[in-house]
Amino acid sequence: MLQIPEAQVIVGDNAPPVAVAPLTKRKVTSTVQEARIRRVFVVSGFFSVIIMALIVLFLFKEGLGLFSTVSVKDFLFGEFWYPTYDPSDFGILPLIAGSMAVTVISSAIAVPLGVGAALYLGEVAGNRTREILKPAVELLASLPSVVLGFVGMVVIAPLMQQWWDIPTGLNVLNASMMLAIMAIPTIASISEDALHSVPRDLVEASLALGATRLETLTRVIIPGAISGMGTGVILGMSRAMGETMVVLMVAGGAAQIPTSIFESVRPLPATIAAEMGETPFGSEHYHALFAIGIVLFLLTMGFNLVAAYISQRFHQKGAATL
Amino acid sequence: MSRHSLASRHFSQNLAFTMFRLIMLTVLAALGGILIYVFIHGISAISWEFLTSEPTNSMTAGGIFPAIMGTLYLTVGAILVALPLGVAAAIYLSEYATDGRALRVVRLGIQNLAGVPSVVFGLFGLALFVGYFHLGISIAAGSLTLGLLILPTIIGASEESLRQVPSTFREASLGLGATRWQTIRKVVLPAALPGILTGSILGIGRAAGETAPIMFTAATFYTIGLPRSPLDTVMALPYHIYVLATAGTHIEQTRPLQYGTVLVLISMVLGLSLVAIIIRTRMRKTKQW
Repeated sequence: MLQIPEAQVIVGDNAPPVAVAPLTKRKVTSTVQEARIRRVFVVSGFFSVIIMALIVLFLFKEGLGLFSTVSVKDFLFGEFWYPTYDPSDFGILPLIAGSMAVTVISSAIAVPLGVGAALYLGEVAGNRTREILKPAVELLASLPSVVLGFVGMVVIAPLMQQWWDIPTGLNVLNASMMLAIMAIPTIASISEDALHSVPRDLVEASLALGATRLETLTRVIIPGAISGMGTGVILGMSRAMGETMVVLMVAGGAAQIPTSIFESVRPLPATIAAEMGETPFGSEHYHALFAIGIVLFLLTMGFNLVAAYISQRFHQKGAATL
Repeated sequence: MSRHSLASRHFSQNLAFTMFRLIMLTVLAALGGILIYVFIHGISAISWEFLTSEPTNSMTAGGIFPAIMGTLYLTVGAILVALPLGVAAAIYLSEYATDGRALRVVRLGIQNLAGVPSVVFGLFGLALFVGYFHLGISIAAGSLTLGLLILPTIIGASEESLRQVPSTFREASLGLGATRWQTIRKVVLPAALPGILTGSILGIGRAAGETAPIMFTAATFYTIGLPRSPLDTVMALPYHIYVLATAGTHIEQTRPLQYGTVLVLISMVLGLSLVAIIIRTRMRKTKQW
């Protein structure tokens, strides 16, 4: 091992010269190496940010081409989606309306069920029951969306058609029910975490003052967990809005603004998935589908940012803010 | 509160708790109902031949072997992409990052990546991997797309399990003169490995079940034989279900095959999730720190 001069050891900017054992060459290389390794990990950390940037870049690169022939206003507010006609129409208002319809109806189903399930898991169930049921809810979350699409299409749709004597079982209601099944686990597990994170001493104080468990729940635990539950609900809605296979298979596919829950719709993700396969690379239609991708991306990102804002802004900071 | 008698307060509590219980039962019934229904209708289609032979008679008979293998290729590819990147990012978050703007940006990036709809990942994969990198519609393009899709899952699970390693472990190692990297490699990572494994299994399950991201990047309805290179197109279970159920002229005729394929996919995905959940529960019980 070569000895190296002491002067190369840098302790701090203004550090007085201290007696430092002379470093061996091996130790120096290891400090250099440590710095290099550190850099590798920092870069890996930023990889997700880079991917996000690339997603934005490529969506816009492929999608903005549409707006040389179609105005943004005609695209967003046009009422007719006839991409393959001549002359073609690229109005996505019915598609947005379809997405909104299934997102709203599925939330109306999923929010009470998801929150109710979380309240049961968090406050009613005993420890042993919870240990079995929580994984069951997680299993529901891992059900592939194509399976739910298949069930909605093959099982639920014919039943609906029979029961209510409607022209098609592939409609807003059916798609919303299947989407709700996807959103419930998200809502339930995030809400349950939020209920769990309310400080136990607050709960115990409330019980000690004579409040029943329900009164403690509604006046102490839920107010304390409301931001987390809100985050869960919004992330659940965002998941429902971005989900593809269910709406592709079950929503019916008619590009119209729905006037009832028994009508077919063609939500944004379904349009992309159904039409991308048959579209020539680089055509106007191809660019239009990427432009829909931009709209969908911005909508779901809006949901996610609201969720992040809520969880930050109303974050429970100790007992004092209750 | 005192306006109501104790009895009526307990009555409303019982009422509310019964309602929560019923809601939970409804949710479980949805899961159980789907599983049982698919099992009953799918089990008759399952046979050794179904699992190991290729489709015949223009998809109306035969098996789903190429689709099973295709899903296997795609998920293995996805995990090869996501695991190193995800664990590295988790190590940055848990071992190197300090509070500040950089960390906030990274966290926002990961959060938003997790929220990107799967069909948008499909578009991205089509534009970047299929188009820009000229990989074509292929296993490589599909694996890369799926890998990026499950990246946030892997990062989340890995970071959580790295953070659960007590700081005393690190201090002891650093105190003995080990460098930061030696500490991470020899002390922190081995201790966090079971958690990272759990996260990876969940990621694999998710990748195996996704359809939208591979629709325009990898999957095809029918291949002759198995793919020979990563640049070949591939059949995949979820896409196979979608196509059998929606397209073609024999939709009713192939119904049993559809149920069988659904059953195989569900068994694979839920089986993986179940394994991950069991490992995690075991770990929590046996872990001494």
